[in-house]
Amino acid sequence: MTAATGNVHASPSGPLTGDDVARIRQDFPVLDQLINGKPLVYLDNAATTQKPRPVIDAISNYYLHNNSNVHRGVHTLSQRATDDYEAGREAVRRFINAPSADEIIYVRGTTEGLNLVASSYGRKFFSAGDEVIITGMEHHSNIVPWQILGKEIGIRLRVIPFSNQGELLMDEYESMLNEHTRLVSVVHQSNALGTINPVTSIVELAHARGIPVMIDAAQSIPHLPVDVQAMGADFLTFSGHKMYGPTGIGVLWGRADLLNEMPPYQSGGEMIRSVTYDETIYNVIPHKFEAGTPDIAGAIGLGAAVEYLEAIGMDRIAAYEQALMRYGAERLAEIEGVRLIGTAENRGGILSFYMECAHAHDIGTILDAQGIAVRTGHHCAQPVMARYEVPATVRASLSFYNTTEEIDALIEGIDRVIEVFG
Amino acid sequence: MASLPDNPDALYGDVIMDHYRSPRHRAPLVNADIEAEEFNPFCGDRATLQLRLGHADGTSASIQDVSALAEGCSIIQASASLLADNLQGRTLEQAADLSQLFRDLMQGKPLPAVALSELGDLEALEVVRQYPVRIKCALLPWVALEEGLRRLNRRGTPGG
Repeated sequence: MTAATGNVHASPSGPLTGDDVARIRQDFPVLDQLINGKPLVYLDNAATTQKPRPVIDAISNYYLHNNSNVHRGVHTLSQRATDDYEAGREAVRRFINAPSADEIIYVRGTTEGLNLVASSYGRKFFSAGDEVIITGMEHHSNIVPWQILGKEIGIRLRVIPFSNQGELLMDEYESMLNEHTRLVSVVHQSNALGTINPVTSIVELAHARGIPVMIDAAQSIPHLPVDVQAMGADFLTFSGHKMYGPTGIGVLWGRADLLNEMPPYQSGGEMIRSVTYDETIYNVIPHKFEAGTPDIAGAIGLGAAVEYLEAIGMDRIAAYEQALMRYGAERLAEIEGVRLIGTAENRGGILSFYMECAHAHDIGTILDAQGIAVRTGHHCAQPVMARYEVPATVRASLSFYNTTEEIDALIEGIDRVIEVFG
Repeated sequence: MASLPDNPDALYGDVIMDHYRSPRHRAPLVNADIEAEEFNPFCGDRATLQLRLGHADGTSASIQDVSALAEGCSIIQASASLLADNLQGRTLEQAADLSQLFRDLMQGKPLPAVALSELGDLEALEVVRQYPVRIKCALLPWVALEEGLRRLNRRGTPGG
């Protein structure tokens, strides 16, 4: 596959400097535009990230030169497409340090990864009276699949509460683990609060009782080094589009021994080994879970995104974004009437806030007029909003291509909100 | 999407801000004849509408009292307050006509010559059209009105 890494040199060392970030920004064509007459300040990275040129090029290269179906033809184009598609899988394996590329299952995104496990693993291994533990800061996609399963087979959902700062109450979690617990499914980094949950401890406590753990890494994988073996997880899922790759592609990683025991999630082409009208023999993993023609361009784009992130270095990304978040939190704290929601000690580049004087939508509109893109609303985490008794928040979510000048623009935008509504 | 108007904060004009800061007709009604609530699951905005009807000569009942309660942004609050102000005293038929007129205004459809006088200060919400994602905020109280009128039609006009 194309190994273009944009303007970032592939021997990362030392912290990201302003010059590095200026070079990185040139890799993202979308950032270079005016919105309502002002330079775009894109602070909605937790919703989706922008795409660097190498990702866009990898996708267009596939369609321009190699477009073909995978694992089907003997012709050259099919071979090229298959090679690039599988190279994407290997890139992801390396990126999350999975033992085998067979454990990397392409899905449409985190939501499908969670649904796959609920549907396939849950239906096979859960029965009435069993319990699944989640946290109180899940995205709806790690709540609803379990609720649906609960109605169907009578499992019970248990929810780990969290403190006002947004930190899980680990004692409560430990006391929830019991002989009925069949799975712990937790978010690594909260999309609404930024909290980075102590997944290694969560896994240790569960494994001590023989309970598997699933990690929703949608918000963590673009920002932190994620190593599934160091973490000890059993399943981990994430989306391509939140990690600078295309939409419509994501990954479910699972331990091979678990995946092998699980029935297929969907049926059709690719996932079978042989079909007669009497019997179908399923393919091996990962193909067992990849029914139908997959998102080939998406997988190739995801591979390019992984290479792009590796070229910068996840440790440098985490450190840079951490400093930027701390700066933003300090600036926001200086403004009277702004309440930061989510102040966990260990948190990522999320600045979620509430203003007494104006509704989140109004703040969003005024910021948009200044060229600033933020998310406003409940962030598909209504239980979190209820926990803080706010209807909605404004969320500025950061990337390594954001700058302190952009945080300053956000603060000026908020000053404008206060002028209009204060 | 089109860019915003020259004055980026044009959305927050005097009439809208006045009705947002001092919304009218928020007190709940006892013995309402029509009640409807609409909810936008994407943002959590909510509009609750109550109408009390009076006997009128002829066949149409007219609206004696209105309660419009909105939770959410400035636009839904101003729209609910303006709606309540403008419904008072109208027959149900006139209310339905006004609702249609307001919808047409929001959707940029050509309006009849009489529309401007009919709409009165509701015209202040026309600016919302320039912020397409906010149109649904302005419409939500009116969706509640339409739902309330439909329900009433299904069960027949009280007091004839």
